[in-house]
Amino acid sequence: MSLYQVQKLIYQLNRDPRTRQRYAEERDVVLGDYDLTAEEVGALVKPDIGLLYVLGVNGQLLMHFAALHRIEWLDYLERMRMGLMEHGPVREGVYAPTGYEGVEAHDARLKAERETR
Amino acid sequence: MPLVYCGACSHAPGITGRAERADTQTRQALESAFRRMGDDIRATRADALVVIAAEHFANFFMNNMPAFAIGMADGYEGPIEDEAFLRIERTTVPGNKALSRRLIEKVMQTVDVAYAEEWKFDHGISVPLHFLTPDYDLPIVPANINCQGPPLAPLARAWAFGEALRRAADAVPERIALIGTGGLSHWPATPDSGKINQEWDREFLRRWSANDREALLSYTDAEIYREAGQGGFEIRTFIAAAAAAKGGKGTVEFCEPVPIFAVSCTLGSFELRA
Repeated sequence: MSLYQVQKLIYQLNRDPRTRQRYAEERDVVLGDYDLTAEEVGALVKPDIGLLYVLGVNGQLLMHFAALHRIEWLDYLERMRMGLMEHGPVREGVYAPTGYEGVEAHDARLKAERETR
Repeated sequence: MPLVYCGACSHAPGITGRAERADTQTRQALESAFRRMGDDIRATRADALVVIAAEHFANFFMNNMPAFAIGMADGYEGPIEDEAFLRIERTTVPGNKALSRRLIEKVMQTVDVAYAEEWKFDHGISVPLHFLTPDYDLPIVPANINCQGPPLAPLARAWAFGEALRRAADAVPERIALIGTGGLSHWPATPDSGKINQEWDREFLRRWSANDREALLSYTDAEIYREAGQGGFEIRTFIAAAAAAKGGKGTVEFCEPVPIFAVSCTLGSFELRA
């Protein structure tokens, strides 16, 4: 139930400018509107993108929460990787990692394939 | 009037948000393909464009998640995303409330679709429109299939939704164009963002082009999740578009894997039969 509350807060922040404004001006009051654990509050406030990812926050919510905090895309991806190292495997949801060579290596492979076409 | 256009395309936020990081030639070819699709839609003199999208918590959350929904408003604000992230300016896109209502009433004859008089666009609609109708001069009827929060509607119901939209489009006097938007295999917004299963995509597009209902509906969600990632659940939008084509064969006009955009960028359309 608690992950649901974390995600609901992020959902409201992502789509509602007034919630964003309230969150900027009186964050603790906004956080108090949701039934959150201390770990979740800590992850939201820091923000600890890696821990939020491990907690199971849906990526389509989390990537915009990261953008809200001006966290650049590659940094966002790196923070999730660090989260896995610090906090262990993803605990819930469908966004667990499955293993990937990485964009740079993938691009290089595709480029080599294009050149041999 | 019979449906005047039926197609499908990618909607990945990286296409606009991380545009310059892709191989220049590939990006230019992709943008040209989008512009050609926009030209094709304009050439049909469509009165409205139905966009079947897989929205991403812009409007619907797990407190009340419709399997299928259609917007019913005269305007839609979007994108909800941070403008610096998506690099698309927030605006109000025209809708057509009366037309939406008539379409919804027809769809409801066979599919229990939710309607929404408030609807905000996210990248699922805003990225395609950025290229297809950059002047936002064509009224949009947004439709959504839940591809985000399991449990998800079975693929056969996505097919039924596409069929219902086709019957509705054919029944109204306006000229209706329709596109589905979504990704094929992808693992977006995870540390694996960029991973693409090209083989799986090719096979899906083979089935899609052939408009092979049985083959398209034979995927299970477990198989999609394993082979195509959680992003692969969005094939529901492509499947609904195939159903709307009513047996017409599809042509894949563009398909190139672009890891920094996190998908095989894909555009295609169907021949339409009366």
